[in-house]
Amino acid sequence: MQTDLALWSAVAGMLMLLACSREERQFRPSPPASEVINSVQVSGLNPGANPVGAPPAPEYYQESAYAVSQGKTLFNEYNCSGCHANGGGGIGPPLMDNYWIYGSEPGNIFTTIIQGRPNGMPSFRNRIPEFQAWEIVAYVRSLSGLLPKDVAPSRSDRFYVKPPEQSMPYQVPTGITGKPEPPK
Amino acid sequence: MTGAAFFITSDQFHCGVSLLVGGGPGRHRMLDPAGPQAGNIEWLYWVIFWILLVVFVLTIAGFARAAARTRTSATEMLPIVKDPEGDRRAHWAVGSAVAVTVLTLFAILVMSVITGKKVEGLTSQNPITIQVIGHQWWWEVIYPNAQADQTVTTANEIHVPVGKPIVLLTNSADVIHSFWAPSINGKRDLLPGYSSAFWIQIDQPGVYHGQCAEFCGLQHAHMGFSIVAESASAFAQWQERQLKPAPDPADPEPRRGRQVFLTHACLMCHTIRGTGAGSRFGPDLTHLASRSMIAAETLPNTRGALAGWIVDPQRIKPGNQMTPNPLEPDDLEALVSYLGTLN
Repeated sequence: MQTDLALWSAVAGMLMLLACSREERQFRPSPPASEVINSVQVSGLNPGANPVGAPPAPEYYQESAYAVSQGKTLFNEYNCSGCHANGGGGIGPPLMDNYWIYGSEPGNIFTTIIQGRPNGMPSFRNRIPEFQAWEIVAYVRSLSGLLPKDVAPSRSDRFYVKPPEQSMPYQVPTGITGKPEPPK
Repeated sequence: MTGAAFFITSDQFHCGVSLLVGGGPGRHRMLDPAGPQAGNIEWLYWVIFWILLVVFVLTIAGFARAAARTRTSATEMLPIVKDPEGDRRAHWAVGSAVAVTVLTLFAILVMSVITGKKVEGLTSQNPITIQVIGHQWWWEVIYPNAQADQTVTTANEIHVPVGKPIVLLTNSADVIHSFWAPSINGKRDLLPGYSSAFWIQIDQPGVYHGQCAEFCGLQHAHMGFSIVAESASAFAQWQERQLKPAPDPADPEPRRGRQVFLTHACLMCHTIRGTGAGSRFGPDLTHLASRSMIAAETLPNTRGALAGWIVDPQRIKPGNQMTPNPLEPDDLEALVSYLGTLN
């Protein structure tokens, strides 16, 4: 009886190990994702029948700790921090609060980066590849806790003296009216 | 006596390994010193090598002697013999062996310290200063000058004049790297946020290869650099050329290539002085064509290798910070032509 119990616990333990999955780092995005983008449209109004809105977000970038870490590196290297500081804002608006002028959905932020916004946000169209824009989106969303906790870990791939800001507590996004967005 | 191995620095261990495995002339060979510091390290290496060789031979001889002695059968009970004279001899033998071991180890320690002092002791009133910054996975090289427009910035290829003490100011942009050119000096760790200085001197002209010697991530193995030691006049000539901004391309194809460079992801990370590209995330490309290798000694600087690297760097060095660039064939041709004009 004792050995049976031990045997079955061992089998169960091994089965549980199957559920473990290693974080996968995607280094070689598909050629379309590596291309610099110039196709994003801001307006939903266009001639013809096809409605165009914010592009759908590839899930990988919102679920990968590596993508968030890369987004953090690019956020500094592409000088987003020049205006937004490390999320606290400066010349540009803060990104770590719950107040979103142009929306908190990944597609909204992607559009903001590629298209630019009035009053100072430059357009990165023709400059950064699509997958990098999505990485930056993931990092920006982590600044206000919009990513799951396990995706925004407290470790960083690079050395920083301050505590990781991508592990911010969750903030319910509010729109320009100051009211919480309706739940999805 | 095995403890003596403890006093051999890891440099010497690696050197021994690379000596056995081989490697081309000038490639990572510590026993082929090109400067006074590497000469000192080589001397220490051979001293320790010969001492340990003697110890090894003596130890094996002792084992062989013990193994060859006549044995008695195990069933026979040996009588206990009192032999004060034999005991005294055994005490002497063991005691003197311990004393010789301790003294030898101490001598090696003293020689190690003296060699270390000699290697560190290189100084000069008027050295050439070169700043080396480690990045994942390449080396940024800056020749600082009080006048900003006299500062040379390059990557992975360090030019130095022969026979002159050079001070290297080291730092890291991300994680710990280690600067190691075996035929010139020992290793020096590059720590993020901490500047340190160390000296090198090269007496024979030539190209010496180096490598990152501290595991720093996925492409640690592809993080090489080379040091080109040349005469003072050739060095001055090189420096003068590096100071110039990139020339305006005359032909239409390179002109178009420049347009491609400035309208794609390239300019987000690279600098080409004389154009609008000024980011310092990636290596400075102002004089790319003057360098013999690309991607931190991974590929030769040929047209084909450059095109392959631009289109799919993640195939060649997975995980590196350069993004793939799926360019139109015409654009790629033009871009590579433009990069070829940057000498």
